[in-house]
Order: sequence, then structure tokens, then C-alpha cells
Amino acid sequence: MAERSFAREVEDLKLGAGEIFRGEGILAITKALLQSGVSYVGGYQGSPISHLMDVLADARDVLDELGVHFESSASEAAAAAMLSASVMYPVRGAVTWKSTAGTNVASDALSNLSSGGVMGGALIVIGEDYGEGSSIMQERSHAYAMKSQMWLLDPRPNLESVVKAVEDGFELSEASNTPVMLEVRIRTCHVHGQFVAKDNKRPAFSLREAVENPRRDVNRIVLPPAAYAHEKEKLEARWPAAVDFIKARKLNEHFGPAEGEIGIIVQGGMYNNLMRALQYLGLADIYGDTVVPIYVLNVTYPVIEDEVVSFCLGKKAVIMVEEGQPEYIEQTLHTILRRRDIQTKVSGKDVLPLGGEYTAPVLVRGLEKFIETHAAALLGNRPPVPSAATVLADPKVKRLTEVVPPRPAGFCIGCPERPIFAAMKLVEQELGVHHVSADIGCHLFSILPPFNIGATTMGYGLGPASASAFNVPAAKRPISVMGDGGFWHNGLTSSVGNAVFNKQDGVILVVDNFYSAATGGQDILSSRADNPRRLTKNSIVAAVRGIGATWVRQIDHTYSVAKMRDTLKAALTSTEKGPKIIVASSECMLNKQRRIRPLVAKAISDGKRMVRERFGVDEDVCTGDHACMRLSGCPSLSMKETADVLRDDPVAAIDQSCVGCGNCGEVAEAAVLCPSFYRADIISNPTGWDRFLARVRGAVIGALQRRREAQRVEFVPAVEA
Amino acid sequence: MTAPLRLSTDRPICVAILAMGGQGGGVLSDWIVALAEAEGWAAQSTSVPGVAQRTGATIYYIEMLPERDGKRPIFALMPTPGDVDVVLAAEWMEAGRSILRGLVTPDRTTVIASTHRAFAVQEKERPGNGIADSGAVIEAGDVAAKQIVSFDMQTMAERNGTVISATLFGALAGTGVLPFRRDAYEAAIRAGGKGAAPSLRGFAAAFERAQAKPSDTSHVEPVPKASLTPERTGHPDLDALLERIGRELPEQAQGFARAGIERLVGYQDAAYAADYLDRLQPLLALDRQHDGEAKHFALTTQAAKYLAVALAYDDVIRVADLKTRASRFDRVRREVAAKADQIVYTTEYMHPRMEEVLGTLPRRWAEAIEARPALVRALDRVVNRGRRVRTGTILWFLSLYILSGLKRFRSSSLRHARETGHIAHWLDVTTTTAPRDYDLAVEALACRRLVKGYSDTHARGLSKFDLVLAEVPFLTGRPESAAWLRRLKEAALADEKGVALEGAVRTMHSAYP
Repeated sequence: MAERSFAREVEDLKLGAGEIFRGEGILAITKALLQSGVSYVGGYQGSPISHLMDVLADARDVLDELGVHFESSASEAAAAAMLSASVMYPVRGAVTWKSTAGTNVASDALSNLSSGGVMGGALIVIGEDYGEGSSIMQERSHAYAMKSQMWLLDPRPNLESVVKAVEDGFELSEASNTPVMLEVRIRTCHVHGQFVAKDNKRPAFSLREAVENPRRDVNRIVLPPAAYAHEKEKLEARWPAAVDFIKARKLNEHFGPAEGEIGIIVQGGMYNNLMRALQYLGLADIYGDTVVPIYVLNVTYPVIEDEVVSFCLGKKAVIMVEEGQPEYIEQTLHTILRRRDIQTKVSGKDVLPLGGEYTAPVLVRGLEKFIETHAAALLGNRPPVPSAATVLADPKVKRLTEVVPPRPAGFCIGCPERPIFAAMKLVEQELGVHHVSADIGCHLFSILPPFNIGATTMGYGLGPASASAFNVPAAKRPISVMGDGGFWHNGLTSSVGNAVFNKQDGVILVVDNFYSAATGGQDILSSRADNPRRLTKNSIVAAVRGIGATWVRQIDHTYSVAKMRDTLKAALTSTEKGPKIIVASSECMLNKQRRIRPLVAKAISDGKRMVRERFGVDEDVCTGDHACMRLSGCPSLSMKETADVLRDDPVAAIDQSCVGCGNCGEVAEAAVLCPSFYRADIISNPTGWDRFLARVRGAVIGALQRRREAQRVEFVPAVEA
Repeated sequence: MTAPLRLSTDRPICVAILAMGGQGGGVLSDWIVALAEAEGWAAQSTSVPGVAQRTGATIYYIEMLPERDGKRPIFALMPTPGDVDVVLAAEWMEAGRSILRGLVTPDRTTVIASTHRAFAVQEKERPGNGIADSGAVIEAGDVAAKQIVSFDMQTMAERNGTVISATLFGALAGTGVLPFRRDAYEAAIRAGGKGAAPSLRGFAAAFERAQAKPSDTSHVEPVPKASLTPERTGHPDLDALLERIGRELPEQAQGFARAGIERLVGYQDAAYAADYLDRLQPLLALDRQHDGEAKHFALTTQAAKYLAVALAYDDVIRVADLKTRASRFDRVRREVAAKADQIVYTTEYMHPRMEEVLGTLPRRWAEAIEARPALVRALDRVVNRGRRVRTGTILWFLSLYILSGLKRFRSSSLRHARETGHIAHWLDVTTTTAPRDYDLAVEALACRRLVKGYSDTHARGLSKFDLVLAEVPFLTGRPESAAWLRRLKEAALADEKGVALEGAVRTMHSAYP
């Protein structure tokens, strides 16, 4: 199950009309779906939309009561295909994923869906993973809306607007028979705010009714001649219908004075940053009043020609504030004004950066240039704009660039993937460096220090496929890594099937941590937990054998570094052709700790015998060479300075956060590092036998220790802090 | 147009939290929002958790301002450099990061930071000391911040059975930078439910502490190195040694020498320590001969330090001795915070190889075996494997106990012969260099720092040491020679494989025509 319980958030989904919802943006969207009478919801987890999936997975009673079907889709493609339920039946459906990565995967189904069109409202909630905190390539989802003619909503980043966009989105979809994409940026997904809730709505037409009374219409299927008709229908019927709806319902908004020398056109999602920038320039205040006319595109595709024209007419110049590249909307503005021969200047990425996040300081610089050119008087006597330039120019501050260490995300404390990469390092020392194709998932942290393993990453479940060109006679084999998440998402066919079929002579390492861990610990097919609503415990080994792999090894305890190393070596040196597949399994420690900690605490307080393991370092045995850290990077394996004058370098130290995973000891042993590490087994509520044994051992050992002490002449050990 | 619009000059209070994934920054951010909302303010928080949840550095950002005439303020989604009122840093280098990001400016920013350190991988992976200079953050903070309230909030949290979010929240309240009363903060914690009691304890402790506006810096300075060896012990052999140090050695070298004899007595016995003092004598004579007094007896001082380290080389006997001591059993219990009614057993991870076995054997036997490589290989197959030593059980303890008892035969072991030879060569280089290049000789002594670790790590350290020491003849008498040798040593400590060292050696040779 997901790494934490969302029971409290589920309560928020039950709020009724007039009650105040307080919480995160993505949860507000979840609530808005239920308020809109959605029939089914699917999606694939990933930041920043994971919580939508997590909360619904925990909200069984709410969903059952409303008759809503919720599914954790196997991939974004599966989720997008799910929307086909809205093609022939008047049911509302919503799917969600991280974009553009997920939209890439989903685009086959999305193209087909938008070609034939929909009857029931189809909403695609995309978490636009762009800018700081993003974990993917920096692209825009906008292009998908344009190429398939799906409408794209980009509401202002506050909860009321986002919730309204969900409701409007369904209606727009139904009014224009077109799927609608709702774009929410990372920070909007995680913004805490509030809105006035409405009652949840039971769908008027149920999925059961649909499936029991099947309908078909050959004109909705993408095959000639219908496919040609679809294109015509999109341009001549659906598009105008959408434009009419958007205009009639005033989905786009105007702020500020009606008239002005200049104007600003802005994507809804950029509105708050724009307002802060205008505030710094003295042209707006925190309550939303402004002296510049602003036209907010809560719908960024299609652009409504009439609205643009009436906003631009009479103005000397307008600026388009459009984050990301290419500047699709700005280009559209030029086309619209040029075609009508309207002479209003259009500014945008001539004064604003082509790429990157449009933060307030970035917008201040661009707007200042724009206004100086077209309406300098407006800037008046210019209040000072906040800046840290003076501070940052100070040599003492500049020095920090060399001091403050980078701190990228990395493997958690006790992560079962750490020993896998430690073993790979050891193999590297013996057999040399290999080409390693990486994949998407926590295991990709291997590319960072201290492991520095992995050359490319081509997509989810595509690690082994991305090594397929190296299927040539060579003295070394390529290694590819793939997580269990990627394996089930796409990897079984695109990577393993591909490797088996093409007799790919390489090593495939499947990192199995029992969850889709990087996205928040959701269950997947091979999860080992009991999940009443899903079928788990499907073996990865059986799956790869089923698809035809023959050299398959399962390691059910990744912390066995020596075994891991030897298995990798065997895979790299085996004479067998075709893929050599190693499935390395151990439970994600973050989830394991969340699962077992309360159980252990309860068992101890119930008086049950429990053994807790923790690692430690004998400070006087450690020589401060840090070889262990270069094979670990565990946050709990740290350093400390000692007061010993004879020591120059800090020694290793393990802090209280250690979960006793065993990696330190295994690595020290397998790499023949040093005998400094010890594992302490702490027995709570020892049995009588335990106590007896301890007494006997203590007596014998104590006597020997006293004997040795008596013989020894020594300085009294210094008092330890 | 109608009458010109009157724009409000109100601005929100802006708070940025810099934390690492897993530190509870989200909880802290939720508390602050709940606090502001409960006090009737509008508040908004944002974050970019994503993969940063997994131990990476991350920022949470909060803005708050009361509504005006029913109009909700429009809050920004990210902090603007130069426009942040409060920075809460959950770790000392994260405080540094907030300054680097321009979030701290002297006109408005109060920095509330925990002075504890969580070391980054970059700091930990270096063979030498890669710990970032905490002092640089103090200096930059003095330039950048309006006020800094800093103390170790991590330890305070641990002492109160809670996490750092609670103590940071307490420090925020105690500093009084937000216009809310203490009980409103506490109500926000209580409303959070689970774990409220320890959180409130941590909150209260930090609140009290922060009211004094401490700016602790002592904690982030390196531990002061000091010899803890007593002046007198009451034992005649030991007191004789101590007395010798006072009589024979210059004051500058006495601290190291006292620590040296303490280590060597523990390592072997008082006679071994006396031998160490004997060995220092010719070095001191050499030092005096070459005007060492004017150089604060640097040669003798470094020799006192590193000769003790070299003589107490890490061998199997020493490890067995350290692992079996009663004081070690007690220390482990303390380190793992075992309660009185809990039983603790330790498992040691040892991986002996034939090298270690041979090293422990008497030199003649060992050399006889070594001369038969096939035999060594065969024996290695038996010996060379990881062993989990359960020191708390009688048989395992006895094995280690017997092993540590081999101490009395140590001086006849192969390892001892090898180490002695190595030390002799090292001192030879020093004594031949000193008359011609005193400073270089001092640096040559300090190169001993490169020798550390066990097995392969030890071998790598040793080879770096040999590599650096081999440059001494080339450098002798050249300008900047000591500085170059120091640079080589530092390069050797920069990475494991010796890439930096290779580069430094090349640069050095090209620097001299």
C-alpha cells in the first residue's frame, strides 16, 4: 500500500455544500472530480499528481457510495485508453499522470480518442513537471493539445480557480465532444489553500447501464473513411463549439482597467507570479488591483480570436507571458493580428527568457523592458525592486559557492538498492567499467556520487531496450537496470521481450523493491502486500520466464553484497547467449519502516521478545579513510571529528537514524574494508533463557576481561563525551 | 478614465523553510499555515517535494496576510530573492544555501537555523577531511542577515523525543518575528494530533532557548584537539614516562608525546612507549642542530605525533584487543541507547586474508610460507572469507581474547618487521633531508597521514605515501619545496584512486624548469 495513510485527506473528500475545504491543490482537484459527478477515474502515479491516486485508493467507501470506479492503471497509456468509455456513453471520466513524460506514453490512445471525439466529459489532469523540483526533461504538454486538438485548461493557481476548471472542463468536453486537458504545475499541485465545497454528485448514467446496453457507431472509430470525417468534424463542428462555450461561459478572465496603452496576456497558471512582479513594479497590489489591463487565459488552447482582437484593439502593445518553449501562444497572437492587419505590437519572448521558470524576478526584468519601450510613463518614480544582488556580490557570500555542498536526492537510509550498486562497484573493480543503461526510478540515484553508475536513461521500462544496439560480439557485456515499476509499466514487453526475441547478449538487472517506490510506494503487480482490491504477488521471475528468458537468477535479499557481486559476475561471464536476468528483491526501506515500526513498538509494549538491529563503528578501530562511505552514501553513515590529537581526519560514525539494514557490515566484509563496523542486536523483553545465557556469558567474559585488565598497565581511559 | 486607482502597499510576511527530505519540513510548513489561519490570516504554502523527498535539499515557502475588505491576497508560489522575512534552516549548510539563493538580505531577513551538520556525500567520500567550512556560513550570515538565531535544534529535538520541525517551530515562536502569541503556536501543534506531547516539549525547549536570541557558533567549529592524558597516574612506569617527556622534550612536542605514550602503552606496553621516546631523541638532537628552536621545534613535534601513529599500526592483535575490552562493551550499550533491561550482542564483520595471518605469525615461519606461493594460495582459500564474529558469545570471545593475547609475540611478527623497516626508511628520508631543507623534512613526517585503512585501502594509502615520499629527494632545496609536498599530500587525500595526486605530481615537475 502507499507509503502513508491518507485517511485524514479522505475525510476532506466527504465535505458537503458550504463547508470549507482546506488543503493541497491536487486534493482539491480530487474533490472537484467527485463534485462533478465523475463515473470513473484512472491514472498512473508520479509527482506531482501522486496524491490524487493515493487518496482515491484509500477512499473506497466514498467511491463505493457514489458508484465511482477507480483504477490504478498499469501505465499512462492504459489510463488514456480507459477514457474510451466516454466515447459512446454519457459518462464522465478523468485520468491523471505526470507530464510530459506520461503524456508521451499516453499519446497513442489520446490521438485516437480525440479523433473520434467523446460524448461524456473526458478530463485529463496533467501534472506539468516543469521548473525547480522537476525530475524529467523540460518540455511543454501544450504541443499535445495542439496536435490532437484537445482543449487545454491552465487555471489561475488558487484552489477556487482550479476546482472551477475541473467543473468547466467536463462541461466544455461535453459541449464540444472533445477531451480536455487540465494542466496544473508542480507548485499548484502542492499549494495549500481553500475553497467552498459542494456536495458530491452521483453520476446520472452509470457504467453498469452502459456495459449492459452496449452501443456502437462505426463513425466514431478511427479508420477510413471515418478518420477523414473526424478531421473535418474537429475543425468545423467541435472547435467552433468549444470557442462558443469558452466565450459564453467567460472561462478567460479580465483584470485591471478596460482600456490602456499596453496590455498583458498571461497563462492562468502564471497569474500569481505576474501579479507579484507588477506589485514590485508599482503597477499592482497584493489584493489584485492593477493599473494595467490583463487578459488571463484560463484556456490556453484554443486561443479565442475574438477575445484576443478586442483586447488588443486600441492598445499600442501587448505582452504575452507564456512559460516554457516554444512560444506557441505568442505565435498564434501574431497570426491572429497579422491576418486582421491589426497593428498592436506583440511582445513576449523578445524581452522574456526563451526557457526556464518565469519567477517574479524574471518577469520584473522582462516587463520592465516591455513597459519602458511602450509606456515608460507608467513606471513612474519606480519603487526599489527587491534584490539580493548586493549581498550576493559580497566576497564572503561568494565564497559559499565553494563551501555549500550540493545535496541532490539520493537513496534513503537503509535503502535495499544501495547494496546492489555497491556490488556493481565491486564488480567494476574486478572486471572493469561496463556500459550501464539506466531507467526511471529510485535506482537512477546510482548516477550520482558515490556510485557514479549509469550512462543513459531513455524512459520508463526502457533501460534494457536502450542497450539493444550493443548486441554485438564484444569482450564486455552491457548492463541495464530497470525497476519493478518500469518492468510492469512497459519493461516486460519493450525491454525483456525485445531482448529475448533479439537474443540480446547483455545483463538485465531488475530492481524489485515491492512498490512503485519513487512515486510514493504504490502497489504494483509484484508487490508482496495483501491488497484486497488488487491482485498482487505476481512474480517477476515467472513473468520473464514466461516471455522466454532462460538465464534468470533471483536474489531475495539485496543486502547480501557478496552474493549480489558474484551473481553479477556470473551474468557478465556466462557463456550462455541471450539476456542474463537478475531480479534483485528487497522491500523499500521507507515503506518497510512505516509498516513495521508501529508493529514493533506495539509488540515491545505488549512484552513480546523483539530484536532490534543497529550498526555502529568502533571509533578507535576506524582509521578515517572513508572507504565505506564511497560504497554507501547512506545518510545515517556519517562522520565525526574526534578530540584525539593524533588523528587528522574525521572517523566514521553511525547516527540514531540507522535502521540496521546490514549494508555497512556486508560491504565492509565483501570489499574487505575494515573491521570497524559492528551490528548490535538489542533484545527487548528477553526471555528467561535469554537472561540466563546473558548471565553465563557475562560471567565468563567479565572474568576474562578482569584478568586482562589486572595484567595491563594502562592510562585510565579518558572520559568519553 | 476614472479616478486613478489607489494601490495598497501591504505586503505579506514571507517565510522560507530550507530542509532536507525526511526532516519534516512539510509538517512545519503545515503548522505555520494552520497557525496563521487560526489567527484569522490568509495563508498559502507551496513546495516542490518530488524526488527531493529522498534526502535531497528542498524548500517550502509560505506567505501570509489578513484579507482586506473580503479580498483575499494573491500570494506568490515561490520566494523572491531580497523579499523574505524569515528563513528557517533545518541544517547549517542549508542556512548557507539560503544565503546563496539570495533569500537572506540585511534589510529584512531573520535567519533561524540549526547549527548541527548532516554531511553531504561530497563531504563524506573524500579519503581526507572533506567537511565543509562551517565558519564560512557564519561569516556570510553576518553580511547577509538582519539577525541570526542559531543553536543545535537537532540535538534538542532528540533529547525531547521529537524531530527538528518541533524545535524549529519553537525557535520561530521564541524569536517573536511573527505577530502571534505562544499559545497559538501550541494550539497548531495540538491540532495536528499524533505525537503532540513530545512535539510540545521540543517546542517549549526551543522557545525558551530562542528568546535569548542565541547565535551559537561554537558547535559548528571543529572539535578542539587536546591531549587528555593526565600529568600523573600514580603508576611508577607510567609516571616515569610522563616525567621523561617533561624533562626531555620541548614544550611544543609534549602534548603529542603524552598522547603518543598513552596510545603506545595501550597498544603494547610501557617499554614500547619508552622505546618511542628513545627514538625521538636523535630527531630532537637533529632539530636543535638545525636551529629548530627558531622553528618552534616543528620537526620534533611532527615526529612525536606521527611516530606514535606509525608505531601503533593497525593489526589484527590490536583490533582483537579493542573489540574485547570491557569499556567497549559499555560504550556499545551507550551508543545504541540500550535500556537496563535490554540485552545487547554485537556481531563484528571481519574478513581476514592470508596476509593478515602471515603478518601475525613469527617472521621466519611467515617468510617460509610466503616463499611457497601455491601454499599461500591454498591457505588463502581456507582463510579468506567474511566472518561474522559474535563477540558476546563465549567461544568467539575466547578466540579474540587469545588473538589479542598474541601481543607479547608482536615484536617478532612479520608485520612488525615490515612496519619497522618502513618506519626506518621514512625516518631516514627525514633525517637526510632536514640538514638541507628543514621545512621539507617536517612535511615529509606529516605524510604519514596518508597511511590508513585496512587491506586494499591500506595498500592504496601506503602506495600514495611511497609515491609522495619519493618526491622528497627531487624537492630538497628547491624553492617552495615544503609547500609542494603539502600540496601533494592534500591531493593524495582528495580522491581514492590518486587521480588528483598524479596531476599534482605532473604540475609540480612542470613548475620547476
